[in-house]
Amino acid sequence: MEFIEPLLMGTFWAATVRIATPLILGTLGELVCERAGVLNLGIEGIMTLGAVIGWVTVYLGGDLWLGVLMAALFGAMAGLVHGVFTVQLGLSQHVSGIGLTLLATSVSYYFYRLLLPGVSSPPTIEAFAEYPIPGLSAIPLVGPALFNQTPMTYLAFILTGLVAFILYKTPLGLAVRTVGENPAAVEAQGLSVSGLRMGAVAFGSAIMAIGGAFLTMSTFNAFFFNMVNGRGWICIALVVFGSWRPGKVVLGAIIFAGIDAYQLRLQQFLPDIPYQIFLMSPYVISILALIVMSRRAEYPKALMVPYRKGER
Amino acid sequence: MRLEPRTERSLAVTAIAPVAALAVSLGVSALLVLAWGGIDLGKAVQALINGSLGSPFALAETLTRATPLIFTGLAAAVAFRAKFWNIGAEGQLYAGAMITIALGTGAVALPSYLLISVLVLASAAAGALLLLGPALLKARFGVDEVVTTLLLNFIVILFVGMMLEGPLKDPMGLGWPQSEPVTGEAELPKLWKGLRLHAGFLIACGLAVAIWIMGRFSVLGFEIRALGHNLRAARFAGVPVTATVVKLALISGGVAGIAGFSEVAGLKGNLTQDLSPGFGYTGIVVAMLAYLHPLGVILAGIFVAGIFVGADAMSRTVGVSNYIADVMVATSLLCMLVAMFFSRYRIRRG
Repeated sequence: MEFIEPLLMGTFWAATVRIATPLILGTLGELVCERAGVLNLGIEGIMTLGAVIGWVTVYLGGDLWLGVLMAALFGAMAGLVHGVFTVQLGLSQHVSGIGLTLLATSVSYYFYRLLLPGVSSPPTIEAFAEYPIPGLSAIPLVGPALFNQTPMTYLAFILTGLVAFILYKTPLGLAVRTVGENPAAVEAQGLSVSGLRMGAVAFGSAIMAIGGAFLTMSTFNAFFFNMVNGRGWICIALVVFGSWRPGKVVLGAIIFAGIDAYQLRLQQFLPDIPYQIFLMSPYVISILALIVMSRRAEYPKALMVPYRKGER
Repeated sequence: MRLEPRTERSLAVTAIAPVAALAVSLGVSALLVLAWGGIDLGKAVQALINGSLGSPFALAETLTRATPLIFTGLAAAVAFRAKFWNIGAEGQLYAGAMITIALGTGAVALPSYLLISVLVLASAAAGALLLLGPALLKARFGVDEVVTTLLLNFIVILFVGMMLEGPLKDPMGLGWPQSEPVTGEAELPKLWKGLRLHAGFLIACGLAVAIWIMGRFSVLGFEIRALGHNLRAARFAGVPVTATVVKLALISGGVAGIAGFSEVAGLKGNLTQDLSPGFGYTGIVVAMLAYLHPLGVILAGIFVAGIFVGADAMSRTVGVSNYIADVMVATSLLCMLVAMFFSRYRIRRG
């Protein structure tokens, strides 16, 4: 019985959505890139960059929302670097992405040390506080989970709706989806393949960076080295799990976060089991989910295929 | 302006490209060092060079640091040739290190040369086994190996932590999560008295030569290259795709596993959770800088190691954060990518 108890508590569901938020943002960003045909393995580094930039902006006296904006801006710039390499030059998306992760991570760390040389305990900022939505937040279970979160979580849900709307209801979205399936068809319409892909990668990377910024501006109020801790890679697995659809991807992130939140509580009931087993579970689950879903995954057909005008 | 494939590869461009890439990345890094403020760039560069090459001691330190990078660089080079993206060398390294500790701390009593041979084989097997799963999943079900190998890194490192607080914990370790040291018979000999450089460096170079010979003169080497060039054509030509992927994964993972053995038995003596500061990831850069050529990996490994050792010295002398080394290595990877592109394409006007 005590194993089920957490599931009946509002705090558990609130924690689930809180843990899910950076994953929702990261996955959404990756989805936008991949839908346009570009695998973005820079995600781990871009999330780190977003975490540092957002935090630093506020630390230097900026407004919280300015921090979110700056994180998005730097994320977009990192995305453009990846875009130049993979879209304009048609280089290996794998190697460029790994390179971008290494670069964005190391530059972020260097920049943080540049600003705060030799600080042992990380300084804190006044982070986003929970903003209960009047009325709705009083609903049992659903209220604390969905309507008593920080504004960045609401932003994540708004962005999900926005991305879904753009992808499925606008000509731009149709063009982006087509460029990931059949770029020659887009070219035939007189649209620019590279323009659409660059835009999608920049936009997607901006969302990823906001996901990183959530960690320093909503979950914690400080920056730690290695704080992204593989979340970017998990997002890449979640995109496959959610079969490249915004709604499913968010659902996948929440299921995943629910398991993660549950294992944290399970640790207290089962003190004899080494805690590392529990910490491993998110990674193990990601791999299992990937195996299950990969068998019927329908990748965007032009994913990882560079496009050069007139070349077949 | 448009891009046009070069009809023939120019040797000059191929040779100049990496140099140009390094020059650009050094320039970028110099700007970042200057951004630190109050630093004499000349003094910083001098510290970097002296710290990595300036004395026999510095050179030995560089080669010591290069040793794991040559192993992990080879692991990446072998796999990337076939466009099999093994990003899991970090985990494979730890797997090799764990088996080294399990067998090398007294469990197996053999004369030194035999014990070392057993440990090399065991650590290779551990690394290879760890990569076997992702390789089979990739070959049989099309599961993306990038994500599986990356996530396995996190799982393995947590597993190492668990072992170091459990079965592999050193009872004399005063509660620190560290293993017992390996026995004297398991230790790799030092190459020079008073220096940390050990026989692992020679094993790494030997492996590079062996892999080069295999790649050039064996059927497997041909099949690996065929997979990398065109999967469908390779399948059509009768290359056994699954078997080739599995074989190359065993080699790639095995080489990375030996890196773990070499670090434990040659340098550290025991296993801790910070045995590798990302050698697995840096190996990818090493492989790319070497054009995925096994012999080039030796040079690239020494070069990248020089940056890390030199940056540590620079950090001590002028106070700039040693994260600058990671920045330099990452920028040289990206610049190298661009350079490789221009060795294959030229810009034409019109």
